[in-house]
This record gives sequence, C-alpha cells and structure tokens, in this order.
Amino acid sequence: MMHLYLEHIVAGVGVTLLIALGSLLIAIVLGLFGAVCKLSDFKLLHLVSDAYSTIVRGVPELVWMLFLFFGAQIWLNQLIGWLNGWMEVDSIDIDPMIAGIVTIGFIYGAYMTETFRGALLAVPAGQREAGLSLGMSRFQVFFRIILPQMVVHALPGFANNWMVLVKSTALVSVLGVSDLMHRASLAKSATGNAFGVYLAVCLVYLAITSVSIWLLRLCEQRFSRGIRKAVSA
Amino acid sequence: MNELISQLQTELPDFFGGSTDTALFSTSDGLILTLLLQLIPMALGLALSIPLAFARNATSVWIAKPVWMYTCLFRGTPMLVQLFLIYYGLAQFDIVKDSSLWDYLRDPYCCALLTFTLNTTAYTMEILAGQLRGIDWREIEAAQSLGMSRWKMNMHIVLPSALRRSLPAYSNEVIMLLHGTSIVSLVTLTDITGVARHIYSDTYNPFEPFMIAGAIYLMLTWLITRIFMKMERRWLAFLKPITANSRAKTQ
Repeated sequence: MMHLYLEHIVAGVGVTLLIALGSLLIAIVLGLFGAVCKLSDFKLLHLVSDAYSTIVRGVPELVWMLFLFFGAQIWLNQLIGWLNGWMEVDSIDIDPMIAGIVTIGFIYGAYMTETFRGALLAVPAGQREAGLSLGMSRFQVFFRIILPQMVVHALPGFANNWMVLVKSTALVSVLGVSDLMHRASLAKSATGNAFGVYLAVCLVYLAITSVSIWLLRLCEQRFSRGIRKAVSA
Repeated sequence: MNELISQLQTELPDFFGGSTDTALFSTSDGLILTLLLQLIPMALGLALSIPLAFARNATSVWIAKPVWMYTCLFRGTPMLVQLFLIYYGLAQFDIVKDSSLWDYLRDPYCCALLTFTLNTTAYTMEILAGQLRGIDWREIEAAQSLGMSRWKMNMHIVLPSALRRSLPAYSNEVIMLLHGTSIVSLVTLTDITGVARHIYSDTYNPFEPFMIAGAIYLMLTWLITRIFMKMERRWLAFLKPITANSRAKTQ
C-alpha cells in the first residue's frame, strides 16, 4: 500500500514544479520592472519600488500567503458585490494554485528586484551610451545591450533566489494546493508512516535542487563566455 | 476609524502574550515565542558551526564528506519538511518513544528548536566555511612567520577574520531564520503568525491580524538589519572604502 502512496506523492512533483516555474516567471517580470524603477530618476517610481522590495522582503512568506489568499478572496467578493449593482456577476472562488503562484511570484519579485538592480549597475555605463550613440532606441539598448550583459552578473543571486523559491513552494500546501507536501500529509494520515512519507518528499526536493544547481552551472558557463578570466587562480 | 481602533485594542495584546483582560507577556504566545525560536537556535547554531566549518574544510574525506552531506540535506530541502519529519516522523519509532528524549521530542516547541538549530547550523557553517577557505594567504604566511602553532593561528588570526567577513551573509541568514520561524504555527504553536491565524479563525477577518503580524516582523527585520549594520561598521571598518573624509580623520 505504501508504494502506491509514494507514487502519488512523487507525481506531485509536477504541481510543485508548475508553481515554482510559474511564480519564477512572475518574479522575473516584477524583478526586472522593479529594478528599472529603482534606478530611474522618476521619484515616484523609485519610491514605490523601494517600498515594494523593503516591505515584501521584511515579512515572512507564510504571512504574505495567508494575508493575500484570505484577503484577496474578500476583496474579490466585495468587488463582485459592487459590480452586481450594474450587471450580473457570479461569485468567484480563487483557485489556490493560482493564488500560490501569484503570491510566491509577488514575494520573489522583490528579491529579484534587488538582484537585478545590482546586476544592472554592474554593466558599464559606456555600453548604454555606445548603444544610444549608434541610434538605437532606449528600448533596444535595454533589451539588446544591457540585458544580455547583466545576465552573468545576475546569475549567482538568481540561482540563490530560485533555490529559496523552490523550497518556499512547500508552504502552498497550507492553502490546499495538492503539491508534494499536501499529498504527503494525506498519505501520512492514511498510512501512519510519517517518516517514510516526508523522507520521500525530502528526496524529491533534493533532486529538484540538485538538477537546478547543475542547470544553473551550465547557464553560467554559457553566459560568461565573453568574460575574460585571469590565467591562474 | 473608531471601529478599527477598538479592533486593534482587542487584537494587539494577543501578539504580546496578553489579552483584553490579562497583562502583557503573561504567556509566551506571540512575540516571546518567536524571539525564543530565533535566539536559541541562533546561539546553538553559531556555537556548532565553528567546529563544523573547520571540519567541512578538512583535508580528510572521512571528516569533510559527512559534514558536506549534512549541509546538502538541510540546505536542499524546505524547513517545513524538516520540521514535519522530526515532529511527525520520529514518533513512529519505538526506540525514540522508549527513550528518555521522548518527553522532549513529542513537544512541538522542542521539535521546532531542534529543526531550526539543525537548519541554521547548516547555513551558518557554509557561510563560515566559505570565508575560512577564502582567507588571504598573506594573513596565514604572516602568522606562520611569527612562529604561531596551527591552533593559535586558527584561533587568533583565521577565525576572527572569517567571522568578521561572514557578517553580511550571516545577517541574511538571521533574517531567513526569523521568517522561517513562522512555520511553527503549522504545528500548533502560537508564535506571531500563530496568533494572527487564531484571530483569523475566530473573526474571519484576515486584514488586521495579518497586517499586525507583518508589521511586527517588519520591525524585527529592520532591527536585525540595524544591529548588523552597527556590527559591520565596527568590525569591518577596515574594508570600508577610503574617502577624503576618513583620510582627514586619521591624519
């Protein structure tokens, strides 16, 4: 019986990876946007992105998750009640999976903001000026000149954020998403073998982090091709 | 507005171990529990990580590999799984149940302390071991040329230098631990997050309780950052870039 449960748990790796990759996508977009805002001369943007990265990074993920999941549900219901004055809208229940992805993406967007900000600063200003002097638009300069060069500076911090992000997905089981942890707690109640069940979860997470380390190392090699290294260490 | 104030008046004391009719800090719920879960593992972790960091860098594979495996295991898995593994998992072994440790291991508070200590030791030790490896060869040669023994060199030159340089990375780890402690609310303990969850389940109002909890965590995070900034200014002063102002002071 135990092995059937273990199969079920390991199958949850898809859900965990989906949440992790989905929220990573949101985090990258928010992070890039936040980093650009933090470096902009426009006071308001600067202030908002500063507040975002400071407040989000100062509060535990679990608190954010519970606050946004329960809070957003109430906001949504209020919005629907308000809209019902004009038109018929059915009440909507937030899908815990989407709530998890959005929340984790929102939180790690703040960490990415800091990573990307440092990486953007590491690209010499002359690169931007050279691009502009060739008649490229600011948009082109950012995506064709700055972005490819900042990747190598962002990778170590990015790798770190990704590891922490993957591990924080274990918390979405609290919202009722059927990820690794959630399946494990069901299997624990059914079989009574809590140690075996959670050890299996541990191993799956170890596998994810090990593969990530390997992939990120490949990325680092790929993106640092143009970087000159000293002959001897 | 008045409603909000009265709500805060009834809810705020809960976060500091009180209630509307008992004094603050009459129980260890809320802030006190969070602080205990933060400070005890920090102290134990720091003490354990110093010898382990040297072991991690040992030339003997038989010493270095087991330590490496330990950090891999604890840094590669979520703290929540580790807590559940210890809290729910150990109970099914008769050896554990029959041993004298069982009185402690069935208590969620002790399990949380054990988990956090093991977890933070792994991270702290990696930070320290990295700094020990990265020590400037000139500092070592200087110590050797003065005829210091290995023990004396490690205690007086290498370790103090590595500890200082670990400060910035260690402050991150301390904040991660603070945020990590919030998961104890999932094993029935009422830390700051636990109090917020209790209020939520009583009132079905998520806004005030989680905002208060968030604000307390934010302040604690800010406090930790300030303390570490002070420590870095004191102990990493030699790494500060030289400015015209600081040069004028020394002359």
